[in-house]
Amino acid sequence: MYWEPERECMAREDLEQLQLERLQSTLYRVGTHVPFYKKKFDQLKFNYDDIRSLDDLRRLPFTEKQDLRDNYPYGLFAVPLRDIVRVHSSSGTSGQATVVGYTRNDIKTWSNLVARVITAAGVTKNDVIQIAFGYGLFTGGFGLHYGAELIGTSVIPISAGNTKRQIQIMQDFKTTALVCTPSYSLILADTMMEMGINPNGLSLRFGLFGGEPWSEAMRQEIHQKLGILATDNYGLSEVMGPGVSGECQYCNGLHINEDHFLLEVLDPVTLEPVPEGEIGELVITTLTKEAFPIVRYRTRDLTRFIPEPCPCGRTMKRMQRVMGRSDDMLIIKGVNVFPIQIEKVLFEVEGTEPHYQIVVERENHADKITVLVEVMESIFFDQMKKQREVVERIKNRLASELGVGVEVKLVEEKTLERSEGKAKRVIDKRKL
Amino acid sequence: MLKIRNLDAGYGKLRVLKNISLHVKPGEIVAMIGANGASKTTLLHTVIGLIRPMRGEVRFLGQATGSTAVERIVASGCALVPEGRQVFAPMSVEENLLLGGFILQKEQGRAEVLKELERQYELFPILRERRQQLAGTLSGGEQQMLAMGRALMSRPKLVMMDEPSTGLAPLIVRDIFQIICRLRGQGNTVLLIEQNAKAALGIADRGYVLEVGKVILQGPAADLLANADVQRAYLGREKIA
Repeated sequence: MYWEPERECMAREDLEQLQLERLQSTLYRVGTHVPFYKKKFDQLKFNYDDIRSLDDLRRLPFTEKQDLRDNYPYGLFAVPLRDIVRVHSSSGTSGQATVVGYTRNDIKTWSNLVARVITAAGVTKNDVIQIAFGYGLFTGGFGLHYGAELIGTSVIPISAGNTKRQIQIMQDFKTTALVCTPSYSLILADTMMEMGINPNGLSLRFGLFGGEPWSEAMRQEIHQKLGILATDNYGLSEVMGPGVSGECQYCNGLHINEDHFLLEVLDPVTLEPVPEGEIGELVITTLTKEAFPIVRYRTRDLTRFIPEPCPCGRTMKRMQRVMGRSDDMLIIKGVNVFPIQIEKVLFEVEGTEPHYQIVVERENHADKITVLVEVMESIFFDQMKKQREVVERIKNRLASELGVGVEVKLVEEKTLERSEGKAKRVIDKRKL
Repeated sequence: MLKIRNLDAGYGKLRVLKNISLHVKPGEIVAMIGANGASKTTLLHTVIGLIRPMRGEVRFLGQATGSTAVERIVASGCALVPEGRQVFAPMSVEENLLLGGFILQKEQGRAEVLKELERQYELFPILRERRQQLAGTLSGGEQQMLAMGRALMSRPKLVMMDEPSTGLAPLIVRDIFQIICRLRGQGNTVLLIEQNAKAALGIADRGYVLEVGKVILQGPAADLLANADVQRAYLGREKIA
């Protein structure tokens, strides 16, 4: 199922021509309309005529989150405020919020790209979609909302929070598609259990998840507990919001809307491209944004390109689900550790819950990681010996996965803080 | 159909087209809009081979045309309706049209030319009425139709039109643009160059905005019409409350 087959399945050669045309005019526009870029380009003595291929983009400097903060609120807008029809703000996951704007055309484009993502996930106009992303300044709720409406899906704009009401409405309104963070879907599943509701009795068929990294094991668990096809979609407010990329029903990576975004995967340290297919930091340039174009934005999200074609027929390149943030990357005793690796191990160990926290401390000048894991009650009731066995098993698996030793502590079910939005997994107590 | 990448072109040492990239797909109307002096005509002249690229590449039907002779580019299916009509004034309407069929006659014979002539008369009934009249005595609108008919006589794969609305009354402009729309309906591909941005974007599928030799915007025609910069610069529509 495609939303815009002539685009989503376009020949690579035509796509590259389109990307180049759009890149050239975008750069010219940002260089003449946005003082921040004009200054940067002038310093570089950058000549627009030097952009003769997509690779020439690498001549340009990066845009950092801090640049957005420095230009708070409207400094990076490329159009006057009177042409702006919507303002959003980043979710402020880390630090001060940043502001982005949209023209009427931007909203149109955005809705269209989200419609592609929703359609790829299997949702049609016959579905009832419950959007449990926060509405408001955060782009998640409105982004999905407009795309779903464009398709003609029946939209329930319930927004985030109030878990019991979510479930009530899901039941009463016969919701077929759920939009939220993956971790929240598990909270919903657990709460259903508590309320004595069998998820299989619901009409739910699709789950469109985004907003935080998650693992394949977590997808399996969501599938088991809720019986839905769980797909991932990706976006960030700095480049638009949701709609940058999304998985099709093959669930094997996210198709990038490459006709609107140019993506690079770079080594977070050297900032050079990684070999095709290897993990690096995602850097995004917008190709069609009018109000808030952005050049080489460092997302800090870690992913890799999947070069192989997808059986669904889309020609747009795929990226793997975001595997963490390059600034969440913990360097422990010189080893790069990603929280997602720890999650993967925990999912494989029997008797543990998918709720965990990673605490990093520095003791006697040495880094120490402690992983707090919730375990099922059944294990706690048993003898100490069995508990110790579980700890040992997790420790060994983690050590072989990460390459560094970690401490593991078991905690009772539901003692770790639950989040209705993005789960906070890492607590870094080091004073570096 | 037509693919241009990083094209620089100009006159002598003067570089007027700067790193232009654009494409036209079969069956599309693509509008290139821009003010006087934006180098729109230079672009068409480079495509058809009257001006040679300084740098970059023009590909027509997959073939690079950088050094192909004008007549061979035309023969391969690219026709130009020049700005200001440029009909042969001392010749009759029909003679003008038959001249346009020169290539067709060489390749497929007289019978095909007459068939094509008939088609033009169907498309432009006024030309049939005026078939024996000298082209120079036609009104501006009729001359524009004649110039279009003459270009179509070669059964081109791509028709490029340079400012078809220049100097015409608004009602006639509407007629001309309706005919361009009809051309697309018959499977023609059109690259249209216009100062009349509203009329051009009104019928086009996609558009490019050219400003002093650079493409500053491109996209679906409807999006360009809704773009505030385009509205301010080309549509004379600035609404500030």
